[in-house]
Amino acid sequence: MSGCPDCDRCSTHSLPSPKKDEYVVALAGNANVGKSATFNQLTGVDQEIGNWPGKTVERAEGLLQHRGQRIRVIDLPGIYSITALSTEEQISREFIAHDHPDVVVNVVDASALERNLFFTLQLMELESPLILAVNQMDLAAQKGIVLDFPRLSDLLGIPVIPTVAIQGKGIAELSDAIIRAVRSRPHPRLITYGKEVEDRISRIVDLLPGGAGGYPSRWTAIKLLEGDSDAVWEARKLAPDAVAAAGEFGRELEKIHGEPAATVMSAERYHASEQLVAEVMTIRPPGDNDISLTERIDRIALHPVLGYILLALMIGGLLVWTFIIGAWISEILTAFLSGIAPLNPLIKGTAADIVFNGAWTGLVAALTLIIPYVIPFYLILALIEDSGFLTRFSLMLDRGMHKMGLHGKAIIPLVLGFGCTVPACLSCRIIESPKQKFLAAFLVTLVPCSARTIVILGVVAAFVNIWWALALYLLDFVLIVILGRLAFRLLPGESVGMIMEMPDYHVPHIPGVIGQTWQRTRSLIGIVLPSYLVGSIVITAAYAMGFLEPINTALSPITVLLLGLPVMTGVVFVFGIIRKEMTILALAALFGTTVFSTVLTPVQLIVFALVTMLYVPCLSTILALAKEFGWKKALAISALETGLAIVLGAIVFRVLSPFM
Amino acid sequence: MASEQLEEYLENILDIEEKHGVAKTSAIAKCLKVSPASVTEALQVLSEKGYVNYEPYRGATLTDQGLEMARKVKRRHRLLEVFLTDVLHISEENVHDEACKMEHTLSDETECALCKLLKAPARCPHGSLIEACDRDVESCSACLDEPEPAASCSRDEPLIPVTSLGPGQKGTIAFIRGDNSVIQRLTDLGLTLQTEIQLVRKAPLLGPVEIAVRRTRLAIDHAIADHIFVHSCGEKHG
Repeated sequence: MSGCPDCDRCSTHSLPSPKKDEYVVALAGNANVGKSATFNQLTGVDQEIGNWPGKTVERAEGLLQHRGQRIRVIDLPGIYSITALSTEEQISREFIAHDHPDVVVNVVDASALERNLFFTLQLMELESPLILAVNQMDLAAQKGIVLDFPRLSDLLGIPVIPTVAIQGKGIAELSDAIIRAVRSRPHPRLITYGKEVEDRISRIVDLLPGGAGGYPSRWTAIKLLEGDSDAVWEARKLAPDAVAAAGEFGRELEKIHGEPAATVMSAERYHASEQLVAEVMTIRPPGDNDISLTERIDRIALHPVLGYILLALMIGGLLVWTFIIGAWISEILTAFLSGIAPLNPLIKGTAADIVFNGAWTGLVAALTLIIPYVIPFYLILALIEDSGFLTRFSLMLDRGMHKMGLHGKAIIPLVLGFGCTVPACLSCRIIESPKQKFLAAFLVTLVPCSARTIVILGVVAAFVNIWWALALYLLDFVLIVILGRLAFRLLPGESVGMIMEMPDYHVPHIPGVIGQTWQRTRSLIGIVLPSYLVGSIVITAAYAMGFLEPINTALSPITVLLLGLPVMTGVVFVFGIIRKEMTILALAALFGTTVFSTVLTPVQLIVFALVTMLYVPCLSTILALAKEFGWKKALAISALETGLAIVLGAIVFRVLSPFM
Repeated sequence: MASEQLEEYLENILDIEEKHGVAKTSAIAKCLKVSPASVTEALQVLSEKGYVNYEPYRGATLTDQGLEMARKVKRRHRLLEVFLTDVLHISEENVHDEACKMEHTLSDETECALCKLLKAPARCPHGSLIEACDRDVESCSACLDEPEPAASCSRDEPLIPVTSLGPGQKGTIAFIRGDNSVIQRLTDLGLTLQTEIQLVRKAPLLGPVEIAVRRTRLAIDHAIADHIFVHSCGEKHG
């Protein structure tokens, strides 16, 4: 570290730091306290806001420009502790501990101060320059909570700013405080714990060489006492005495309290937090015994019968509504776009023609998927999320999810999967155990996303009948349950139960909902559009150069012999790897008609849709899976699902052929 | 009355009471396969000893003393069932009867050793919750990590799992069963010992339970909540 290496009594943090071009500020705090909203207000970037805990799955960055100063703001995922070890908690812990941001803004929920300060105390142990943003002041006021901010600021030794981030209140003050803090680096006051642990901490500190590993000595000592494996690993060579002593002290604490030292430390922090809250919080008793709005809604939403009816209505409504609006907009949009230039991915001609046609077809395919289907879906989902209903659904479905080795939180990625598989896969990070995370991502790839729904609607519902389309949907759900149960048994690793915070309901904040819809759509466009364009051009080119015939021939044992489909469908399935709904486009182009019932029998239509629904996830999904879980697992999922699609397709073909 | 018989009565009264609120003589007779007359006689004896409140024609309910005794026997019964199933692999249909015979002869020491051997199981093979032990410890690691039994004095009052609280009922956390990772997770969310918590509601079909703690609400998987034991409120624990 820079500063004075020989003197450990003078903290480098309290020295005035030289003016830099750009400062880094990290937003940290518990899940669901309004960190994302604060981030949006500070930077103007549309970070998703939702009313369920743990939504910031990867740290988001934005730029705050205030009073001529450039400040890079990092929004860290919400965590409850620096000790625990889910992916999200690791990201936050590593960033604060290793990247040394100039200031950490700890966003806390004013109405749950006790639990939030528990985390604040851990940040204070890290001795990073700190500002406390006490958010959701409006909700706290509704609950009759009054806080003494000057006193809290005094006790903690750091600036404390009250905010209502979602309305932008207190943001200007917070920005000012950040600007002041990057220069003055407010150094938190030392909060001491009980004598029992403090004695042991100071004895470990004495054994540590100054500034071991770049961390504050006290923090290292506490972590060693807690038996934190990372800290022990890092200090093992530098200070073996301290590690040994800490281990011994930890055992002593365990003997006294009958609890592991880490638990003792957590209890100490909570105790300190309780005392702080007792000093600064007064509660005005509510005027009458009015039951809160949240309680009243929960009596219905979490009712053993009404709750499930509400759930079915919401999810059913979400899908039906989306596809009614979707089908309507899609019709208009397709008519409009094909009026601009004809759609024909299979064209022979000059290189320019091929590139143009490929790109145009890809663009139209992307637009007619995203605008009519994905945006309305995300919009309604954002409303359900922001209001707080989604957490209730998680709770109601927890038991059912256990059958697949998952728990209630997994409903979030699974529902997202109806829109698009890619963001749904990424959102699996909210699940704690690696096994359950992978399991959830695997099942998400089977959820009929909007692209697959378009194929089922466009091929089966349009030309066979709606019941067969629904039967395919149903089959898909049954498969998800069966494969979920199988994978749960076969995959190694443990499943852990759910512990989830239940936020209060609130009226959806419209700019927030729109922001979130846009954010999700934009990240989707970022992944989908390039692969559409490039994939489409590549395939158009392959066709023009005569590469497609050999593909058809090569795949004919599967397509013709096993599945009973025309030989030309081989190429169609290759198209579908790029994006599944492109199979419709390719089918139309190859057969020269959009009335598929004239070229395919009902059985062929059903088999075609079934295989399209199940075989390899699309290219973007494979990339997302590879990013999250590595290529090996991504390819294993692709291979498994392709195999499954072929086997089921062959069975359905043979079973249905005699009857239809 | 032999202690074995006494315990068997208390155990059955607890079962019937949990289902019907009060244990009628006829119901007890049916359960124990004895005549109603001998049940009446036995209830009078139990009543004299202070284990039950007995009103002729209405039936019997357990006193606090009786409840404590019945729970202790139940705990032993279920621990034995886990032992017979998981360790000895006794066939399923015999497990209950075997446990019934063994439960009365188990000493405190053996019960504790059994609990340690089985790593403090939460439920019996039939899915019923195993009561917390009455030893004055704050977590299982106090027993599991110690070669010798840690605390020999017993708790002043029996503990209830948070899942047995009624909606709106409060309690203070006295004991968290299970391994350290579960305890740490709960502790980090503010569920530390001596903290007051309130059960808000239980989801149907052994779904998660919703509790209020430190002005926040948490939904906790039923299996995890089974590990949290409380003193029902009003009784502050030293």
